[in-house]
Amino acid sequence: MKVFHAAVTSLFLLFFFASSPLAVVEEYTPPPMTEGMYPCSNCHASMELNRKKRVLKEEHTDIKLHHAETMRWCLDCHDAGNRDKLRLYNGELIKFTESYRLCGECHGPQYRDWRAGIHGKRTGYFTGSGKRTYFLCAHCHDPHEPSFKPLKPEPSPHRPKENHDAKSN
Amino acid sequence: MQNRTNRRYTRREFLRNLSLTAAAGASLPLLSSCSKEETEDFLQKHFQEMTPEDKKRVIAKLEERYLQKYGRKFQISTQEAVPDTLWAYGLELSRCIGCRRCVYACVKENNHSRRDPQLQWIRVLRLRRGNLINLENSEHYYNPDLVPEKGFIYLPVQCQQCQEPPCVKVCPVHATWQEPDGIVVVDYNWCIGCRYCIAACPYKGRVFNWAEPNIPKEEINPSVHYLGNRPRMKCAVEKCTFCIQRVRQGRYPACVEACPTGTRKFGNLLDPNSEMRYIIDRKRVFRLKEDLGTEPKFYYFFEA
Repeated sequence: MKVFHAAVTSLFLLFFFASSPLAVVEEYTPPPMTEGMYPCSNCHASMELNRKKRVLKEEHTDIKLHHAETMRWCLDCHDAGNRDKLRLYNGELIKFTESYRLCGECHGPQYRDWRAGIHGKRTGYFTGSGKRTYFLCAHCHDPHEPSFKPLKPEPSPHRPKENHDAKSN
Repeated sequence: MQNRTNRRYTRREFLRNLSLTAAAGASLPLLSSCSKEETEDFLQKHFQEMTPEDKKRVIAKLEERYLQKYGRKFQISTQEAVPDTLWAYGLELSRCIGCRRCVYACVKENNHSRRDPQLQWIRVLRLRRGNLINLENSEHYYNPDLVPEKGFIYLPVQCQQCQEPPCVKVCPVHATWQEPDGIVVVDYNWCIGCRYCIAACPYKGRVFNWAEPNIPKEEINPSVHYLGNRPRMKCAVEKCTFCIQRVRQGRYPACVEACPTGTRKFGNLLDPNSEMRYIIDRKRVFRLKEDLGTEPKFYYFFEA
């Protein structure tokens, strides 16, 4: 009887947490990174540390910093000691897959909504045992240039007249 | 009807067929000019009156027909509403950029006729900023090089899954009804094509198959629901079903998954932890044409 009880309780808990939007995240798609760049320490481990804000001429020339650039530089988010990690304000090092915690330090309301599944996007199954995928901040917003880029729209619907023309052809 | 002699008749069916035969007798020239397929369809029951065996038979018939027509094995579901669900949709207007990705994801998922007739269940309206209520001046044929355009906002409209659906009220043959999970569905076989529902819908949520639908064979989606995205026929009315074939399995609708900006949200109104309840509790929401009393379950919201 006791075993049965425990089984039912754990089943209930499982369902409760599976249906809760704040439950443990099931699957993140890996963060978007430039091909062949990671791990960063491949190059940076042997390089001398230079904290000076400057124009990068040899590497990372594709990065345009448009993200409060007047008050920010690389090492505010990337850790100077361990280039394969990001750095929170309190000094805690986090993996790139956890970058949302870093974003959430400034963008509190968006972070709160994202955790509830409102800001950003989820795909797959929202209940049940099916696979669900959560997208990270960096999937939609380039962290160095976060504003959303304009897109080419899909074709507009045919006007009624075009439908008739298509018929006569 | 002679082809069905190998199965047993119940008394009720016998009486029904007797009266039908009598009726058919009066219109014998009409029925005799029909093909076997058309006769079968004509005598098919209303979906809500079908027994599980009836459903099985109809599904088998449809699967065979679709196999011949599209060369693909279909899985036709008749899954019923999940208990304790009332589906609702959320759309954040401050995020929509009007790119129409949702429209084409829907076309593909729901086996729409691509051309001649071109049918789409989602219509993205473009409105001048600050002119949101003025739907008469909206434009859905906009076609710039890039979206979003300065000075405009975009308002996607599809079936609002009203809780008091006027389209259901006007249907003279009960071919459209509201399911227990709040989705308004159409039995395409029962629909007589009178289009009263299209006239009654204040959201232009329904479209009509003016001709035999055209779906490219290689783009067909064979995973369908009887009341949802199965291929339709000429003279049937169709509409958004919140992707009934997906949401009853706990999967997000196709338009939600396609949206590149995360504008579209979906959830169960009866589940206090759902995304929709979060939105209604914390965001500024409104519904289209609330004054009509249709009680849509489609909530537009924006960043508070």
